[in-house]
Amino acid sequence: MNVRPGTIVRIAVLVLATVVLQLAVVTQMTVLDSDADLFPLVTLSVGLLAGPIPGATCGFLLGLVADMSLLQTLGVTSLLLIAVGYLAGRYRELRDASHKLVPVIGALIATLAYATAFSLVQFLLGVESPVSPLVIREILVGVLMNGLIAMPVYAGVRRLLRADLIDDLRPRRRRPGTTRRGPLTGAPLTSSAVTITGPARPRRN
Amino acid sequence: MYKRSVRRRRAVLALLVGLSIALLTAYFGESASGGLHGIQRGFLEALAPLQEGASRALKPGRDLVGWVGDAFDAKSDNKKLRRQVRELQARLAQSETDSRDANELRALVGFNRSSSFPTGYSPVSARVIARSPTVWYSAITIDKGSDQGVRVNQPVMSGSGLVGKISDVAADAARVTLLTDSTSGVSAQVVPDGANGLVKATVGNPSDLLLDFVQKGRPVAKGATVITSGWKSSHLESLFPRGIPIGSVTRSDSNERALYQRVHLHPYADLRNLDVVEVLTRGGPDPSQKAQLIP
Repeated sequence: MNVRPGTIVRIAVLVLATVVLQLAVVTQMTVLDSDADLFPLVTLSVGLLAGPIPGATCGFLLGLVADMSLLQTLGVTSLLLIAVGYLAGRYRELRDASHKLVPVIGALIATLAYATAFSLVQFLLGVESPVSPLVIREILVGVLMNGLIAMPVYAGVRRLLRADLIDDLRPRRRRPGTTRRGPLTGAPLTSSAVTITGPARPRRN
Repeated sequence: MYKRSVRRRRAVLALLVGLSIALLTAYFGESASGGLHGIQRGFLEALAPLQEGASRALKPGRDLVGWVGDAFDAKSDNKKLRRQVRELQARLAQSETDSRDANELRALVGFNRSSSFPTGYSPVSARVIARSPTVWYSAITIDKGSDQGVRVNQPVMSGSGLVGKISDVAADAARVTLLTDSTSGVSAQVVPDGANGLVKATVGNPSDLLLDFVQKGRPVAKGATVITSGWKSSHLESLFPRGIPIGSVTRSDSNERALYQRVHLHPYADLRNLDVVEVLTRGGPDPSQKAQLIP
């Protein structure tokens, strides 16, 4: 990721807009007493698009602003979102993150892990009331809702940060008429076709 | 080159984690009037207009999603409500008789006050501008604050019953801790049985509250109303005035080994769908300054 003054402004806008949207709008759109959670989704998207350091930093800032505006215990949300952003970024570095389903599956895993870890931290900090088993249902419904909105959120984050990304993970397409074609068959020449120079493997019938 | 980038990555991660833990430790260690709490209140004040704008602008979208969800529930609600109407009609007749008797008794002892609203309080209507996204912090943010007379620990209610209490105040915004928050506790009474207890939350289930510490063996009828007990002695005073409806009894758990029985109740206020609430303010000093206020 290229860090320029514009990048910092864009990240700040992303963090602020996410917190305002989540607290003022998304939390009030409930299905089965649960709602979607944009925090792990946005952090995951930044991690997948920009790498571990921007992912972790975005997670930290998002958690900090969320805890500040909710008057919650500072540091809890940040700590968990750092992990989400960092691990998403590491996945991008170590595996192929360009598959279309990566944001959706990542959202399901990240939200489940985030919600579970958040619950564990709350237990560690002390819960003074009995806990209903419906908490599990609420977490699972939230995970499913996050899975449903993962693609648009990912696309929105990519659109916002596209100018700063070194290599965009979106599959690239050539403009019509600029595709190089083979001299014999007229089939398009892909980069892999050009680089493979060894003898062709025998076909199996 | 590669090693340097790995070192840098690890250093940034360690720095962020260290900062988070430092914040967590410092926040836990300081009092409610500490520096970090002050920064939070300032931040909330700055963010409140943005949240209010977003909340108002996107209300049609929220309502649309709410309508879809409501349509699924409407059928079962209709049957339940018809049954409730029949029950309530019978209770209304009984209540009108009781009310007439009570008015006569009040006139006899010269006790003249409205039973519909706690005396000495004036309501401040507020709009809900934000809601906590996690089940572990059941709280909302409203668009009224200390400039409008809202103070910490003041009771908050909706049209149907008690909602919670003010837990933090900025100039133009305040945080309301709902009845369903794990830290919440309200001294309450079952009417007409008279059993007293403490209403607590059941984390994760907003339609179930727990009336704890009810004396064992005390009869508690299903469907009975639970109200704030609002007691007062020479030095101590409840935060909540007497008579605010909280919910109706759904069932009672009785364990032979337990000292007290636990009564489950369904809150009257729909705590997941609050748009407008009322803060019961009263003049005089900030109630948070009084040391001996008890839930």
